[in-house]
Amino acid sequence: MGSSSSALGASVERREGRAKVTGAAKYATEYGPPGLVYAWPVPATVARGEVASLDTSAALALPGVLAVLTPDSAPRLADADDPTLAVLQDSRVPHHGWPVALAVAETLETARAAARAVRVSYTSEPHDVTLTWDHPDAYLPEEANGGHPGERRQGDPEGAFAEAAVRVDVSYTVPPLHNHPMEPHGAIALWRDDDLTVFDTSQGADTVRTVLAGLFSLPEERVSVVSEHVGGGFGSKGTPRPHVVLAALAARHTGRPVQLALPRRELTELVGHRAPTLHRVRLGALPDGTLTSLIHEVTTHTSRVKEFVEQAAVPARVMYASGSSRTTHRAVALDVPTPSWMRAPGETPGMYALESAVDELACALGMDPVDLRVYNEPPVEPDSGKAFSSRHLVECLREGARRFGWASRDPRPGVRRSGPWLTGTGVAAATYPVLVSPSRATVTAHPDGLYVVRINATDIGTGARTVLAQVAADALGVGVDSVRTEIGVTGLPKAALAGGSAGTASWGWAVHEACRDLARQLADGQGPLPPGGLTASADTEGTADAESPYARHAFGAHFAEAAVDTDTGEVRVRRLLGVYAAGRILNARTARSQFIGGMVMGLGMALTEAGSVDPASGAFIGSDLAGYHVPSHADVPAIEAHWIDEEDPHLNPMGSKGIGEIGIVGTAAAIGNAVHHATGVRLRELPLTPDRVHGTLPRG
Amino acid sequence: MEASDGPRDPGTEPGSAAAERGGVLPPTHSRVTLRVNDTEHVLELDHRTTLLDLLREHLALTGSKKGCDQGQCGACTVLLDGRRVNSCLLLAVCQEGREVVTVEGLAEATVADGGLHPLQQAFLDRDALQCGYCTPGQLCSAVGMLEEAKSGQPSVVTDTERPGDAPVQLTVEEIRERLSGNLCRCGAYPHIVEAVQEVVVRDMAAREVTA
Amino acid sequence: MKPMTYVRARSVEEAAAAHAGRPDARYLAGGTNLVDLMKLGVERPELLVDITRLPLDRVEELPDGGLRIGATVPNSDLAGHPVVRERYPVLSQALLSGASGQLRNVATTAGNLLQRTRCAYFQDLGKPCNKRVPGSGCGALEGVNRDHAVLGHSEHCVATHPSDLAVALAALDAVVEMAGPGGGRTVELTEFHRLPQDSPDQDTVIRPGELITGVLLPALPTGALSRYRKARDRASYAFALASVAAVVQLDGGVVRQIGVAFGGLAHRPWRARRTEAALLGSRATPEALAQAVDAELAAAVPLRDNAYKVSLARDLAREVLGSLIARS
Repeated sequence: MGSSSSALGASVERREGRAKVTGAAKYATEYGPPGLVYAWPVPATVARGEVASLDTSAALALPGVLAVLTPDSAPRLADADDPTLAVLQDSRVPHHGWPVALAVAETLETARAAARAVRVSYTSEPHDVTLTWDHPDAYLPEEANGGHPGERRQGDPEGAFAEAAVRVDVSYTVPPLHNHPMEPHGAIALWRDDDLTVFDTSQGADTVRTVLAGLFSLPEERVSVVSEHVGGGFGSKGTPRPHVVLAALAARHTGRPVQLALPRRELTELVGHRAPTLHRVRLGALPDGTLTSLIHEVTTHTSRVKEFVEQAAVPARVMYASGSSRTTHRAVALDVPTPSWMRAPGETPGMYALESAVDELACALGMDPVDLRVYNEPPVEPDSGKAFSSRHLVECLREGARRFGWASRDPRPGVRRSGPWLTGTGVAAATYPVLVSPSRATVTAHPDGLYVVRINATDIGTGARTVLAQVAADALGVGVDSVRTEIGVTGLPKAALAGGSAGTASWGWAVHEACRDLARQLADGQGPLPPGGLTASADTEGTADAESPYARHAFGAHFAEAAVDTDTGEVRVRRLLGVYAAGRILNARTARSQFIGGMVMGLGMALTEAGSVDPASGAFIGSDLAGYHVPSHADVPAIEAHWIDEEDPHLNPMGSKGIGEIGIVGTAAAIGNAVHHATGVRLRELPLTPDRVHGTLPRG
Repeated sequence: MEASDGPRDPGTEPGSAAAERGGVLPPTHSRVTLRVNDTEHVLELDHRTTLLDLLREHLALTGSKKGCDQGQCGACTVLLDGRRVNSCLLLAVCQEGREVVTVEGLAEATVADGGLHPLQQAFLDRDALQCGYCTPGQLCSAVGMLEEAKSGQPSVVTDTERPGDAPVQLTVEEIRERLSGNLCRCGAYPHIVEAVQEVVVRDMAAREVTA
Repeated sequence: MKPMTYVRARSVEEAAAAHAGRPDARYLAGGTNLVDLMKLGVERPELLVDITRLPLDRVEELPDGGLRIGATVPNSDLAGHPVVRERYPVLSQALLSGASGQLRNVATTAGNLLQRTRCAYFQDLGKPCNKRVPGSGCGALEGVNRDHAVLGHSEHCVATHPSDLAVALAALDAVVEMAGPGGGRTVELTEFHRLPQDSPDQDTVIRPGELITGVLLPALPTGALSRYRKARDRASYAFALASVAAVVQLDGGVVRQIGVAFGGLAHRPWRARRTEAALLGSRATPEALAQAVDAELAAAVPLRDNAYKVSLARDLAREVLGSLIARS
């Protein structure tokens, strides 16, 4: 038995790693139950209207076709709390890509052919899919995602801005972005009488179970959901998506186990996306750099199906001290697919804009951008007035600057040329809130010395099994090898989803409590353990979700070096470095991977990724992986992720903050700021692809 | 002309599959014999079935992943007669007589039962994966890539002024370029490159010892 | 929907015979584009003629110093061929700039030439596209057209040809060899791909049932230098926003032979004849070079989203030609 002190924080190898490198790990569509058949959706080809007619005869005539579900034939669903799941219930088409029928066949090939053979005609209605700065339908939402107020105001920011000695008034555009996890959304559904089992790719099987039970009017105990291994989600699998409902409908209708994997191109319109955001940022400052006014206004789209407002102005409520401020969201409901969570919703686009604007202010002031940020460090959370439970942004900036070699930086833009290349460096801060939700867990001590932790956590690539074993080992005072973790299936104690960078905190808290209870029982106990072992359980309802008197956030700093090819406008990131203050780091190895992964996605946001909406059809154009460029190996340099030791007693028993999202926050700004430093040109629309960059460059 | 399942039945339309022992295949199907991970399979396959769907849906070899089904992500990469390919874009019917190695068979080729291929071990050692969905493709691609480099196959970043069949020295830049057909959304790239580099260095050291 | 039959051909004659009189037939080589289009429903062959086992997979040196490249030579094999690397670096570079290692191991010479546009409107059955369904309209003309053509397009089609290889072959004066019902014939590569005009459904001049058997590369004069360069949205594994292939041979500072072609700008590889004419027989000073490139691109008519392509192509061509001339 190893020592307990080394369990938390140690660089423990991920437990499912071997299964993943040998191909043994099973993902949702890989269970192949006997009698399995295949479903393939028919997506709407108009942006708004009604299905006028559906002719399934040619599809049904194909050998091996079992059914074509339509709103006329599909089983009825109970009212959905989430209207994006009310599929095949009526003939309404709320956006391009909405499923209007579902073919089911004995083979994958036949299902695909059958879906294509369904003839659909539409009664189209005029649609609007174009977000503009001055859209007449823009409204101020009561709340943005996460329950944040749509608008907050402190003092007289407009007046202060007008009087400011140094002013920056700039606009930034972030296009729609797609999560595109490597595993497309897919599920297998099978019914035994009124018992439904689904294998789903999900960030939280308990939510899937609750939602399916509601839709199919079943008690929850009749629904089982397995999410053993999940091929990434980045928010897009945070709640059930239509694929799992379609699979369950088809299985109900045909009486066969049904597998449905969404084609890659159809993901973008059915599983959520990061909504485009238009930002206007105004910063007013005294000549010494003191911020007197901060105004961040965000205009974004939502769908007509369900309101989702990307809370991109929220980080401006956290970051800097300012004499006055206003943060405002405006939303426009368009005939577009419903946006949803994508890695660090709100913070990601919001900090791109804010941290770019801060860099612009530093240039306007002739001040170092690290110093400017340090100078405006707030004593308390600016918007709430709450004390921070811990905040080490300054330390991250200083440590990052030291490691990156920032001190030797020549602030002049556009002066480092080598052949066709112009190079520069940039910095941006990062922040992400500490979120946590109640969970339950049990732990059993077995007579053979094994401890089994049970909790319906989900491993979407974070290494949840591993870190929870570490948490348990630490709380029990045993070696991590003597702990087994069972996760990824309903029936285990209910747990929060893997999202909001809150998974480990939420699950770990419950695991810790259960283990501490067990340790006490073991210490008090006499004699040998019963054959079935001794079990303790915990439920953090009321504790984990208790209101905190503190403002709790992780912080970080990103440093980037970019090179711009003046022949082509191609931008390459040469170096990327992040330093984080995220509480206690529970597993150095898997944490580093998550930080780096976030930075890579931020690099994609900066340089390569853009969704675009076809005005005529309301479709996302180029929605596959050839049209939507996630970074490739060749785009990504060696990346450094570091953290500072941060002790924060106001978080959870492990002292951890979330780490899954902060790596993407501010990365695009750091790279954009580096591109400005390289070229002297300030580009304010992402991504920085050659079409945007090339024409702006000084001739060599 | 050879129909896909052997001697052509003169009574059938040119190109259609012919009668087989024990039954007649519909014209949409052919019989195919191929080896996967050292096991021979004789299958009656829909002509539309891809090698990837054959592996995943017919042979329950789900290690090869379907990330895009369009040759745009590399998650389905397998070795076909030793060369790395996207199995999602190959029709299975065309693979008569071919030899396929998937991630499930990688270790068998190099080490004793239960062991791992050196690249698999390096991926574990470097934490070169997160969600794991691109991992089998990254691994098969890296295996094929190492052979390509050994045989002198250039990449776009290889110095074109030095032609010849000499093995290409795999710099970090070479590894990145050559693995760019394998996307990873978790952003494990830096660790994947480190893992491959480690195996490259170990290989070189081993060859020097042998020499 | 009719069922799809399959035949594996053993010879060019067998392949041609199987295909004869079957407009619903398709030759299948590497399949990296055709199989994708079949899944998307854009291609719906009722007969696949598998030509992967034809003896067309060799690269032969010709007595005159040229090369004959078999139709089914995989892209990676061609790119790595010692003679190609030594004499035709532009060809090797173009091939290696395209797709991925896996795709290049499978994709063939002929298949590369015959690949269809990656226009998103062409690939989506729900969108209008004159190339896919003549008369249905062009979704890209007023749609999202950042990736589309700036040269030689028509109101019927603004698609680009996605090949890198074909751009190099265009600059090299390659010739396409075909076999078909009417016997064999050859066509200059620059004449092989069409401009869309009012029939964008025809990508090339290939006739029904014809099969590309190989590509002929003429010998290059001693001292000729060549290069391919491509600009794209990410560092690898992306189609060209614009690209340029160039071959030049100088004698005493005077341009004696020149071939220049653009990729990513048009419905076919765009041979820059005006540029070549302006430079041939001249001392290619930087000014002359700039003017020569501008002379070609003056004909460009950008769409709403792609004016950048003109200046990008201009700078690419100036850089590539300039570097070749400097090295000569």
